[in-house]
Amino acid sequence: MKHLMSGNEAIARGIYEAGIKVASAYPGTPSTEILEELPQYKDSLYCEWAPNEKVATEVAYGASVAGSRSVTTMKMVGLNVAADPLFTAGYMGVGGAYIIVNADDPSCHSSQNEQDNRHYARAAKIACIEPSDPQECKDFVALACEVSEQFDTPVLYRTTTRVNHSKGLVEFGERTEVTAKPYARNTRKFVCVPANAYANHPLVEERLIKLAEYGCTTAVENGLNKLELGNGRIGVITAGISYTYAKEVFPEGTSFLKLGLTFPLPMKLIADFAKKVEKLYVIEELEPFMEDQIKAAGIPCVGKELIGNMYELNTQLVRERIFGEKADCIAPDQAVAKRPPALCPGCPHRGFFYTLSKNKNYVVTGDIGCYTLGVAPPLNCMDVCICMGGGFSAGMGISKSFEQEGVTDKVIFGVVGDSTFFHSGMTGAAEIIWNNGRMIPCVLDNRITGMTGHQENPGSGFTLQGDPSAMLSVEKIFTAYGFDPVLTVDPQDLTAMKNTVDTAVAALNEGKHPAIVTRRPCLLIKRVKHEKALCKVNPDKCRSCKSCLKVGCAAVSLKDGKAFIDATQCVGCTVCAQACPFDAIEKEEM
Amino acid sequence: MSDVKSVLLCGVGGQGAILISKIMTNGFMKAGYDVKQSEVHGMAQRGGSVSTQVRWGKKVYAPVFGKGEADILVALEKMEAVRYAEFLKPSGVAVINDYEMNSLTIAAGQEEYPAGCLEAMQKNFKTIALKAGEIAIELGNAKCMNVVLFGAMCDALGCPEIDWEEVVAETVPAKVKELNLKAFRAGREAARKAL
Repeated sequence: MKHLMSGNEAIARGIYEAGIKVASAYPGTPSTEILEELPQYKDSLYCEWAPNEKVATEVAYGASVAGSRSVTTMKMVGLNVAADPLFTAGYMGVGGAYIIVNADDPSCHSSQNEQDNRHYARAAKIACIEPSDPQECKDFVALACEVSEQFDTPVLYRTTTRVNHSKGLVEFGERTEVTAKPYARNTRKFVCVPANAYANHPLVEERLIKLAEYGCTTAVENGLNKLELGNGRIGVITAGISYTYAKEVFPEGTSFLKLGLTFPLPMKLIADFAKKVEKLYVIEELEPFMEDQIKAAGIPCVGKELIGNMYELNTQLVRERIFGEKADCIAPDQAVAKRPPALCPGCPHRGFFYTLSKNKNYVVTGDIGCYTLGVAPPLNCMDVCICMGGGFSAGMGISKSFEQEGVTDKVIFGVVGDSTFFHSGMTGAAEIIWNNGRMIPCVLDNRITGMTGHQENPGSGFTLQGDPSAMLSVEKIFTAYGFDPVLTVDPQDLTAMKNTVDTAVAALNEGKHPAIVTRRPCLLIKRVKHEKALCKVNPDKCRSCKSCLKVGCAAVSLKDGKAFIDATQCVGCTVCAQACPFDAIEKEEM
Repeated sequence: MSDVKSVLLCGVGGQGAILISKIMTNGFMKAGYDVKQSEVHGMAQRGGSVSTQVRWGKKVYAPVFGKGEADILVALEKMEAVRYAEFLKPSGVAVINDYEMNSLTIAAGQEEYPAGCLEAMQKNFKTIALKAGEIAIELGNAKCMNVVLFGAMCDALGCPEIDWEEVVAETVPAKVKELNLKAFRAGREAARKAL
């Protein structure tokens, strides 16, 4: 029987079937669902959310050192965080198989850049494996484990959004139980002192040569690399999701070399393939990763000059760029309004950003999470957002620049979420207090990791496997660092929110180190019982001043000149009612 | 490849396009077709414009298609139909929920909800339009609007061998089965009348 599954669900199944025993990760779209699927197999393996990707990578690597098969998963920017252990693990090799699932995001659906992480495999000199559909997502995990153990290499298991989030039919296999060898200390291998690192480098180079040979031989037999020979006129070298597009677009009789092992490239196999076709194309999304290496090997091919190196592909784009066939489609002559993502009605972050938006001298250094949406109009409440944890440290740099430049009228608020605080905000907080930053760190604690779809974190009180656990206190951490006053507030109470900000600013001006924690659970957390209510406009009191529109809630609009609240969207949070100077919005309990 | 059919579902995050694609894929699987489905998670879900693609046939490779390649465009919200219209083949069918949802930019008064979305689609494509929201409210629950719309599109799928009513019954949670069956039938009737 076949099962309809997403690539992520299939990778989770693959992790189970491959006998992997330890899985650690930090959530990140489009990789998140892999770990979310693993608790169903908790009788056979251990799985956890870790505070960040570096920790997760080290946890999984430790398990590999101990002899177990292990895996970590992350979105592509997560690998930037985890790059440090990755590169050294690349030199030291593995105990049990060690797989790093890395989800790239072409077209930046949910990401801050479009980096192509196959480059990491090349830079770290480790194997890279790319599945193209859900069946391969599952099957290639076991093959990746074999490659990892046979060649003593971590394996970068590289996917893209459309591989992670597309569903297809998958045939299951049985789990292979793999037992670790009895543990024995191996300092020569696993302690990265310079002498060992120096001695490891030749082994790493030798490994790459053997892997390339494997790519030409065994990998063709076991299905990692697939050779489909046609009539010899056109040949296509491709990998991952691009294979599925090319397969539908290129004419019948086209030869395909579909690579599952994309680093190191099986150059001998590629050269033989190139000789068998009159014209050779390389079809890959993002960077010319394969193409550059193929061209450097002296093999002529056509690729990026036609297919481009930006954004994801699809069948029509491949058809148009390779064969010049424009889409046959109609764009109606009709305007549409923008529909950007926005803070949900009732989002606890709204009150915080609304309060800060009232003062043009407030500089807000943001971070990655739902609260990044504070940047959207009409709140317009963010100056910079770089990466996880960057909200505190970038604010610190701005404060030091302001000091040097003599800017004294601005107040800087560094903004991170609860999960982000534990991820990499804590080090930034240490920086602020240690180097005497003139800024206010704020943790918007909604009791969950929100944007990625509700994962536990060190402050939420539960683990991935659903067990109650230690619940770290943001306030106690701030206090231990030396912040004072540490102010906790319900951001949905606009009066309290404003008082808290004013108190913090006054303390900052007295030379103190205030910190703010806004606390209210995300409305979408299922285990929390949320109050049900609805706000209604009293049209007799409404004077059409539009103050309520400034809170940036999709449920609130103007209708026939008066404020109007869409009952299907409103959850009765009352932020708009508190913003109304005429008490024209009333709350009804339900 | 030529037998592969493609549907693009679009709407606003949270409207329930995922359930429609689940009903479709369950039906196609049961009938022995190969199926691929693609959706986007994360940032876009928060009140933003969302789309899902479903493809079926003897063998389907690509989960994602481009402009001019959808046989059917299904819009849970009418402005979204216009936004994604380019994906529809000129000979394709548009199934549109005659329903308006303000975006944040409209709610905040920065722009207006554009008039004429439905008419623009009707002018350019074979269009089945229905007020799925009103039908759902008449049936007692606005949330079954998505299944009303599925009922309206199911004839256009061109798979008469599939008993869609049975598939709906098997796909939706048991406690809302009756409501969703009514929603399915009401949507199908509305579409048949509209043609």
